Amino acid sequence: MTRPDVVLCPGGPMLLRGDHVVVDDDGVEHSTSRPVSAVCRCGKSASKPWCDGTHKLLPAKLRP
Amino acid sequence: MTALPKPRGPLSTWVTNALRAVPDEEVPRSDLEPESPDDAAVALWMLHELSYGGLDDVDDRAEWEPELIRARLRLEHDLEAQLRDRWPGPPEGADLGADFFDWVADHDGSSLARLVQTDATKEQVLDLLRVRSVYHLKEADPTTWVIPRLPVAAKAALVELQYDEYGVGDPARLHAQLFARGMEASGLRPEAGAYVDEAPLEILEQNNVLSMFGLQRRLRGAAVGHLAAFEATSSVPSRRIAQGLERLGFPEEMIGYYREHVEADAVHEQVALRDICVALVDDEPQLEADVWFGAWACLDLEDRTAHRMLDAWGVSA
Repeated sequence: MTRPDVVLCPGGPMLLRGDHVVVDDDGVEHSTSRPVSAVCRCGKSASKPWCDGTHKLLPAKLRP
Repeated sequence: MTALPKPRGPLSTWVTNALRAVPDEEVPRSDLEPESPDDAAVALWMLHELSYGGLDDVDDRAEWEPELIRARLRLEHDLEAQLRDRWPGPPEGADLGADFFDWVADHDGSSLARLVQTDATKEQVLDLLRVRSVYHLKEADPTTWVIPRLPVAAKAALVELQYDEYGVGDPARLHAQLFARGMEASGLRPEAGAYVDEAPLEILEQNNVLSMFGLQRRLRGAAVGHLAAFEATSSVPSRRIAQGLERLGFPEEMIGYYREHVEADAVHEQVALRDICVALVDDEPQLEADVWFGAWACLDLEDRTAHRMLDAWGVSA
C-alpha cells in the first residue's frame, strides 16, 4: 500500500500532501496550509495557484 | 447544548415527554405513528441530537434508553425506505473512479448558490443561513462516526480529510466554528440548533439522513458516497455564495467561511472520491451500490431543499 505525496488527478488538479512552497506564474511564493493541497492544472482557477473546482465547468477536452 | 425544538405532532410530543422523563420515570413502549413527515422528521432529529452534543434539560442517559432507540430505528427505517423507493439504482456501466464527477454534474439539481450570487435579497440569504446552520454548526461530525468502520486505506484518508474539516488542530479554523463566527458577525445566533424550529422538512431530512448514515455501520458505504457528492458540489457553489455575500455587504467572517470551502473542498472532493470511496470499494466491493446510493441521496435531498426555499421565496427554479 503506497501513499503518494504528489497525485495528478485525471481532468483535475495536482494534489500535494504535506508542506510545500508553490511558486506561481509571477514568481510569488505560496505556502501550503492544509494536510493536502490542490494545485490548479487547468489554468482557469480564480484562486491560483490553488484549484477552485473551475476545471469541472470546462468542456472535457479542455480539462488537464 | 441545544434547546428542545417545538414538537410538530403527537409523535414528536411523545419523544419530548419521554426525553424529559429520563431517568426518573420509565419510558413506556409506544407504537405511535407520526402524524406527518414534519412530525417524524423533528422527532428523529431530537433522537439523533442525543448522540451529538445532547439537548438542554435532557439527561445524557436518554441516548441509550431502549424505547427511544426503538423509536429512532422505526423512524430511520421509514426514512431509508423512502429514499430507496425514490432511488433509481446505481448508474449502469459507470466506473466509480472515472465517472463519478461527471455523474454528479449530470444529476446536480436546482442551485441556491446561483441565486445568492446574483439576485437573492439580504432577507433571503439570512433565511438560508439560519436553516443551513442546523448542519454547518456541526459540520463534519456525522462523518466522523464512520472512521472506525472503514478498512485501513479509506480510514487513513478520511482522517486526513476530517483533520482539515476540524481546522488542522486549530479550534479557530474548525469549519463549524468559522460558520459560528460568521453567524454572530451577521447578527444571527451562533448556538447549535438555534434555528431548528424554522427548518423546513427538507432541511431536517438532510440532517437526519447524514446522522443515520453516520450512526449505522451498515450504511458506511452510503455515508462516504454522500460525503463525496457533498464535497463535489461545494467548491464552485461556495465561490458563488461568497460573491453573493460580498454583493450584499455581509461581514468578512461569513464570506471567509465560504471562501475557505472553495479551496478546501476542491481538495476534499478528490480525496473523498479517490482515497475514500474507491479505496473502500476496492476492499469491500459489495458496498459500491451503497456508495452510489449515498451520493444520490445527497443530491436528491439538496434539490428538494432548493425547491422548498425557492418556493417559499416565490422564485422559480
